[in-house]
Amino acid sequence: MEVVDHYLYTKEHEWVSIEDNIATTGITDYAQEALGDITFVELPEVGGEVEQFEEFASIESVKAANDIFAPVSGKVIEVNTRLESDPGIINKSAFEKGWLAKVQMSDKEEASNLMTAEEYQKFLESIG
Amino acid sequence: MQLIFEKSVPGKRGYRNPSPDIDVHIQVPEKYQRKQECGLPEVSELDVVRHFTLLSQQNFSVDTQFYPLGSCTMKYNPKFNEHIAQMPAFAGLHPLLPQLKQGEKLAQGALEVLYEMEQLLCEITGMDNFTMQPLAGAHGELTGVMMMAAYHKARGNKKKYIIIPDSAHGTNPATAAIAGYGIISVASDKNGVMNLEELKKKLNDEVAGLMITCPDTHGIFHSQIDEIARLVHSVDGIMYYDGANLNAVLGRFRPGDVGFDVMHINLHKTFSTPHGGGGPGAGPVGVNKKLVPYLPVSRVIKKEDGSYALNYDYPESIGYIASFYGNFAIILRAYAYTLLLGKEGLKETTDHAVLSANYIRERLKDRFELAFDRFCMHEAVFSAARQAKRGVHALDIAKFLIDEGIHPPTIYFPLTVKESIMIEPTESESKQTLDHFIDVMLKIDDLSKTQPEIVAGRPQSTPVSRPDEVKAARDVSTNYFLTQKDIRTSGYQDIRNELVS
Amino acid sequence: MASFIANTPADVEAMLKTIGVSSIDELFADIKRSHAPKSFNIPSGKSEFEVTEHLSRLAAKNAAGLIPFIGGGYYDHFIPAAVTALISRGEFATAYTPYQPECSQGTLQALYEYQSAICTLTGMEVANASLYDGGTALYEAAMMAARLTGRHKIIMDGGVSPIYRKILKTYTSNLHYEFTETPVVHGQSDRPQIRKLLDNDTAAVILQNPNFFGAIDDHADIVIKAHEQGALVIESVYPLSLGILKTPGEMGADIATGEGQSLGLPLNFGGPYLGIIATRKKFIRAMPGRIVGQTVDKNGKRCFVNTLQAREQHIRREKAASNICTNVSLCAVQSLIYMSLLGKEGLKELAQLNLDKAEFARQEIEKIPGVAVKRSSPTFNEFTVVLPKDASQVVEAMITKGFAAGFPLGRYYPGMENYMIVAVTEKRTKEEILAYAKALREVIH
Repeated sequence: MEVVDHYLYTKEHEWVSIEDNIATTGITDYAQEALGDITFVELPEVGGEVEQFEEFASIESVKAANDIFAPVSGKVIEVNTRLESDPGIINKSAFEKGWLAKVQMSDKEEASNLMTAEEYQKFLESIG
Repeated sequence: MQLIFEKSVPGKRGYRNPSPDIDVHIQVPEKYQRKQECGLPEVSELDVVRHFTLLSQQNFSVDTQFYPLGSCTMKYNPKFNEHIAQMPAFAGLHPLLPQLKQGEKLAQGALEVLYEMEQLLCEITGMDNFTMQPLAGAHGELTGVMMMAAYHKARGNKKKYIIIPDSAHGTNPATAAIAGYGIISVASDKNGVMNLEELKKKLNDEVAGLMITCPDTHGIFHSQIDEIARLVHSVDGIMYYDGANLNAVLGRFRPGDVGFDVMHINLHKTFSTPHGGGGPGAGPVGVNKKLVPYLPVSRVIKKEDGSYALNYDYPESIGYIASFYGNFAIILRAYAYTLLLGKEGLKETTDHAVLSANYIRERLKDRFELAFDRFCMHEAVFSAARQAKRGVHALDIAKFLIDEGIHPPTIYFPLTVKESIMIEPTESESKQTLDHFIDVMLKIDDLSKTQPEIVAGRPQSTPVSRPDEVKAARDVSTNYFLTQKDIRTSGYQDIRNELVS
Repeated sequence: MASFIANTPADVEAMLKTIGVSSIDELFADIKRSHAPKSFNIPSGKSEFEVTEHLSRLAAKNAAGLIPFIGGGYYDHFIPAAVTALISRGEFATAYTPYQPECSQGTLQALYEYQSAICTLTGMEVANASLYDGGTALYEAAMMAARLTGRHKIIMDGGVSPIYRKILKTYTSNLHYEFTETPVVHGQSDRPQIRKLLDNDTAAVILQNPNFFGAIDDHADIVIKAHEQGALVIESVYPLSLGILKTPGEMGADIATGEGQSLGLPLNFGGPYLGIIATRKKFIRAMPGRIVGQTVDKNGKRCFVNTLQAREQHIRREKAASNICTNVSLCAVQSLIYMSLLGKEGLKELAQLNLDKAEFARQEIEKIPGVAVKRSSPTFNEFTVVLPKDASQVVEAMITKGFAAGFPLGRYYPGMENYMIVAVTEKRTKEEILAYAKALREVIH
């Protein structure tokens, strides 16, 4: 299972990549594989505020529906509108083209609540 | 097969309307008329008969195949039920008649059917009163939970949560959430029933009640159900019995006897009314004395002179939950069935349903992993985990069964069991049918060891094989008159933005 | 055996032996002895003959012979023989929800065709595979509008069936929604009042066409006002009238619902009926209940499956759009067969026949001195009659003359005790209508 080295992770299998105070978020390769072919993505509203570990998006596959939790708090500044017409991008490229939203972080300290790639890798091994 | 719309030829007619016997002819004013042409097909009666007969032949059904769909009680639906339901004095009866002045006199027979069926259900379940109004199981659940809320409101209770075992049908948590309650989920223990210790930990004064199916979806009866009732009642919680699996306990157990306060029954399961490809069903709700004041109106009563009437005067009632008195024609079928079977027949039904499930359990348990290795009630739950390791998943087993002329069991439910296969044979099926099914299941297990690819390639005898469900969900096409590109599905946020802009 | 058990005693013996128990009782070990039924006092089983006798006696206690001029949303239309014959096929009736598409294409394709037929009938873009009945469909539509808009206030026109309004009231009061009713003025929606109530907390305005009084309207102007406030419009319709009348789609309504009983289903003393719901394509994910979609199989062949299931309770559980599990597939297919037999021309012709017969009856009733027929709005096949005395007494007296004369409005509209609504379908012959008018004249004078 692919894990990107310099990203941070949640136990709910979201990833986040932080540059300055802009956090790009998405779901991990493990998550997309567990969901199967994704058929629909409901993205957060641009301009809306999100709280760390609160629901901010949802993803559906044929026989599953999952809430996605915001890995960090802040204001949504951009969403990946391509997913609306082609949700399968997440299956093909969970860590890059399948990103969900960009969040302007309100509290950079929150990054300490997330796992490093190494920790996430171990977490994946622990859940088998 | 072509769609009925694709068979349309301009000018064809399938039905002749009555000739006008009056010489009045008026026009609706122009602005109230439809301008868009209605696209109903133009076909002959034979076209229609052939089309729907051929369509019907693409279905598996209880009348044509063994249909051991777990949790759905696909028993034989006696033809007698249908015969009774078509009696014109019932089928043609207008539901507003008893609402006319003295109108109850016009529907005494129908009201008696409702009243008598209520009495029978009370005796079968040990409840004190029934409403026949709910139109399906889930509708019954919502009715029951609204009564639960009314009870707590009347007592000034501040309740926030409903406890539901993790093995429950999805309708339970969905219903509780719609009624405004939070859900507390309790896991199953190693015996496949709700974990009592965990329940004790999670129970508190904010718990409005507990919804439980007994036997549960693992097919196992909770032997400490009375203790659960005692615990829930200790916080003034309401015990809700989901009667989906009532076929397992007729004449053996009555929910009312051990402290259940409210329950629903799926008449289309236990009481043999046809499932109709997904409905209509009926979901009567029974209550004990605690909840009687909150029953929906109208209620059917028997007057001192022996006649029947509708009463609406119950100030604490939750109100109207359905347009009329329930799915009457379904209730009528269930009534006819109950009269045919009687006391002995009902008990025999349960006994044979449980015997058959255990026979399958016993004969398959060495080859298919049992979810819980103990006697089951009316259904046996296996896991195809072993076969899955060989590349044959529960889905593949289901598709192979179709080629053998057997409707697949329920698969991937309950969610608590990986690769679950849930088999409910019902009392209607003979040992010979069960033996054939078992032989096919054993053959599948053999093939999973030797030629798993054969199983994975099925079905091959059906008109279509392995539909692309991903495509169906991504390129949504649900209407012949719209092309696929027309349907772009939107999320709530988009819609709200669009609405206010 | 009466209980439809297939096994012989020898089969039972063999099965018990395989299981390794000596009696069926042993299989019930989990039910404690103390939990045995305290009573199970059910009559013993009877033969088909005996039960038929019993139920025939009960049937005879129903006044099935009255000539019906009663409607109120449920109508006595003729059902062609082919409808009953086809829908009685066990392959449709004794199948269940099409979980396995390969052995359920019959039900699935029929439901796809049903959805399409409902769309073309109502002028909407997408329909589901049916809900329980017209009343609960309206409730589901209201909840759907609340979900879509994120708002909690519902405005209900007083011309909507009073039965539907009572159902809505039960659910909204128990489920914490705000619900306001607007009166009916001269048989029509009270537009100024609706405009006044409409605000940016309004989830939906609920309307009905024709309304409970039988009046036809065009609600396009209300739709515009509602949309200005970001509210949705739900239009409850009498499907058969759409052979002629302006559709909810043409009015711009967001959700159409209806009672499908008029499309080939018997009256059945209140059910089972057919709950119709249809909406705009962009709202499809918020629509409750089962939806069938077209796709292709692994060989590229067109086929049909349940789709968008991730909205439903068996996956979403407490986050589902609705708790609905079943639909009324069989009733939906029944209505599809009916609509297919009629076809577009037959439906138009049938609607016109209903219109004309009702007009003939109106003219005959108007001839009775002291009786007035409301003509402030055009009507379809049901209209309001004003009597010189209490309508419920008149209807009671008409029963003795063999007629279910109409539905008195006083029951649901206080102050309208002298009013009744009268329905005339294609089944009422000229002779019946004339006899009705004659009887009414005698009862009044």
